[in-house]
Amino acid sequence: MSDATVSRPRNASRNHRSYAAFIGHRLSGVALAVFLPFHFLALGLALEGRAALDGFLAYAENPLVKFGEFGLVILLGLHLFFGIRLLVVELLPWRGDDDDRAGIIGWGVALAVALGLVFLWGVI
Amino acid sequence: MTEIKPETDTLEVRIWRGRDDGRFETYEVPARENQTVLDVVSEVQRHHEPALAYRFSCRVGVCGSCAMTVNGRPRWTCRTHVQKVAREGALTIEPLRSMPRIKDLATDMSDFFDKWHRAGGRFEGTRTRHDPIQPVDPESRARKTANAGIECINCAVCYAACDVVAWDDDYVGPAALNRAWTLLNDEKHGDRRGTLDAATAAGGCGSCHTQGSCMKSCPVGISPTRSIAGIKRMSLLDFLNMRGQ
Amino acid sequence: MTEARLFALQRLSAMVLAPLVLVHVVVIIYATRSGLSADALLERTTSSFLWPLFYGLFVVVAAIHAPIGLRNVLREWTPLPRRGVDGAVAVFALVLLALGLRAVWAVTGGGVP
Repeated sequence: MSDATVSRPRNASRNHRSYAAFIGHRLSGVALAVFLPFHFLALGLALEGRAALDGFLAYAENPLVKFGEFGLVILLGLHLFFGIRLLVVELLPWRGDDDDRAGIIGWGVALAVALGLVFLWGVI
Repeated sequence: MTEIKPETDTLEVRIWRGRDDGRFETYEVPARENQTVLDVVSEVQRHHEPALAYRFSCRVGVCGSCAMTVNGRPRWTCRTHVQKVAREGALTIEPLRSMPRIKDLATDMSDFFDKWHRAGGRFEGTRTRHDPIQPVDPESRARKTANAGIECINCAVCYAACDVVAWDDDYVGPAALNRAWTLLNDEKHGDRRGTLDAATAAGGCGSCHTQGSCMKSCPVGISPTRSIAGIKRMSLLDFLNMRGQ
Repeated sequence: MTEARLFALQRLSAMVLAPLVLVHVVVIIYATRSGLSADALLERTTSSFLWPLFYGLFVVVAAIHAPIGLRNVLREWTPLPRRGVDGAVAVFALVLLALGLRAVWAVTGGGVP
């Protein structure tokens, strides 16, 4: 048996849905925040003329980029729906002591993926 | 009650010894059919390691003193049957997370109690013994809301379960905020403004991210997540009302 | 800026962003189906004053919402000092505001025709 000399109790109480929703909400938020300045810079290419913007749009036709955009749409959807869940939890009355609106988590994931697929269907 | 035969004849019990610096020591105790984790710790201390430091009191699940981390989760050890948590006859027992270690399984809970005050948990009375008792309708919504949170015995299991407490020293934690919420709903409390300001200050309810670990781990069935959501709602409404001033 | 105020701004901006994001997703899906050349895109976005109004609002509210969220992440998941984090996210807010309004300007008529 290992005689480890470090005790940092790893929190086994993380394997429940609302924790997963927290992680999903946070990571999607960070990804979107990082993405946003680049999105603004790309759109700002219009200031340099249509050719500049067209150049970028042509590059963005690359399947890898499209896949990335597909991912971003899903992340945006996740962040939106998990965020709506938080607003509901915080602003609407609870229907019981354990009513952390876990149902919205499942629906949120499904709708976010659906949005991504609708997007993907339009670009492939 | 039907008794289940234990998986193995003996339990291999790793227990943290020391403070922040230290090591795990492994002990072997017999596995019994009716055995709590507290029984195991007591047996180790009595028969194997007299110097083992740990806390307990009532040993029947009403005081909260015996809370420790068992196989990664904070629990009351007197209410945790070994067979529910042991993995192939192995147990790992550590002190509660997020509190400085005094020795072995005993932690320094001063910060936990300081934060209880910091979050606005101190009751302010408004009447004296010469005044008539203030009647409180037990069926009123506010009273029922307060009642849902008053059974807290400050065992710190929720505090240990909360990741934000572990990440942010400033965060007062679920128990402190739950307490504040009971006062915010207590019509006898003379300083609800002060409690709201304290509970919404830096390190207050804004730091809660609704992870829900507190709610899942409270041995008394309190939902600090729900209480904190209540404070957040109150905070938002308060902010919007203030904008009119 | 008190913590309670930051918290309120975060929640209020979220409530504004929710419908804006839904509209934006619809716009994205529509745009990618109707054609994504610079000409096609700009023809749509310069067609009405509602576009700069909508996206201008979107940028401002996002520039409030994202930095407050990032502030929590940086405080809890990095060893950066409190003051540094507050400064960094304030800068990020200004960056988002500047780049975002510039982008809105670029695609709604301020760009080269």
